[in-house]
Amino acid sequence: MVFGSVAAIGAGLAAIGAGIGIGQIGKGAVEGIARQPEAANDIRANMIVAAAFVEAVALFAVVVAFLGTK
Amino acid sequence: MMQRSYKLLLTAAFSLFLILFSGVSFANDTTLNKAEEHTVSEKHEAKEEFNVTETILEHIGDDHSWHLWGHNTIHLPVIIYSDKGLEVFSSKNLVDEHHHPVMYAGNYNYKLFENKLKVAKADGSLDEEATKKTWDFSITKNVASLLITVFILLFVFLRVGAAYKKRGVTSAPRGLQSFMEPIILFVRDEVAIPTIGHKYKKYMPFLLTIFFLILLNNFLGLIPFFPGGANVSGNIAFTMTLAICVFVVVNLSGNKSYWQHIFWMPGMHWSMKLFLAPIELIGVFVKPISLMIRLFANITAGHVLVLSLICLIFIFKTVYASAIAVPFAVFISLIELLVAFLQAFIFTMLTGMYIGMATEEHHHEEAHH
Repeated sequence: MVFGSVAAIGAGLAAIGAGIGIGQIGKGAVEGIARQPEAANDIRANMIVAAAFVEAVALFAVVVAFLGTK
Repeated sequence: MMQRSYKLLLTAAFSLFLILFSGVSFANDTTLNKAEEHTVSEKHEAKEEFNVTETILEHIGDDHSWHLWGHNTIHLPVIIYSDKGLEVFSSKNLVDEHHHPVMYAGNYNYKLFENKLKVAKADGSLDEEATKKTWDFSITKNVASLLITVFILLFVFLRVGAAYKKRGVTSAPRGLQSFMEPIILFVRDEVAIPTIGHKYKKYMPFLLTIFFLILLNNFLGLIPFFPGGANVSGNIAFTMTLAICVFVVVNLSGNKSYWQHIFWMPGMHWSMKLFLAPIELIGVFVKPISLMIRLFANITAGHVLVLSLICLIFIFKTVYASAIAVPFAVFISLIELLVAFLQAFIFTMLTGMYIGMATEEHHHEEAHH
């Protein structure tokens, strides 16, 4: 019994990649804020921008998965 | 004088908008294919299975008619140019009451195949060679939504511009100005000046246009009812057009140092220069392509996520699933608001960075060990 397509596995792997990447960005950001709480706002802004880039790469893979379904 | 010219422009834009929406009254003849009608109503008797993929793709894709609520639909005009001439008719002729595609006999026999207008043979199957001869310039949902966006942008920014002209830049802003000014200054101080440098003024209109166009389209895409609800920024053609604009601006404003860095990277051994040239050339194309895919994928993924959560209610076939699905969907929609702003900001910032890289005066580097 197989549900879905192989493209869904590709999208799932992309989600793993995004999770690891953004988790590391979050880790770095939280550590930075812990060391220097005054810089929290700057660090937060940079974290969000970097997260958007990593997310974009994962979504490249999702787009390819979309192409693979039909 | 400025008041009159902006009012004229607004009137023109609004009239164009009204004309295109009055396409409902075009071409009143309806197709009376009795045999087809009978089989269509027969199909409707058998309960149609709820297909999640189809529903989601239908909602994020383009459409020739704009469904408002319940049974109310705006049937947008279909404009087809073929070798037999220009033809305009209402898209009402293309669907029957059960929203199944129906053939319309104009210059050619038009029919919707997977929501795209193509030419059909007499028996209803796809006629590929005839379809190749037709050019579809229809006002579809995305086009109409873009026109709405253009109208809103013109309305807001012509007013703000006129207010600045009247009041000058030294006195405090009032009204709509005071709402737009922080955002415009944000784009100038956080995006344009850090990335482009002192030559930023020339590129500010372009950056501001990109930012507000993408932002407004993202926001309108999140609103589920009219005038929002059309997935414009999640349409790859829209993002491709923006990427082409960025490509043209970046490469037209490239100075000698920019092109030299692409084709003959200074400060390296000649073998490395030869090796880097094709890679850098690919980079010239890949950067706008990545802009295009990034915006398209983020916005489409967000819409698909929200739609899937709502479709959960229909998969479980119980209204109590909404107790989980709706809060979740609201939560995801709030994240999508952040993503909408963030993607507009990132597109603008990357455009600024590419322009900055193209226009920066490079200090001559010789020995690069």
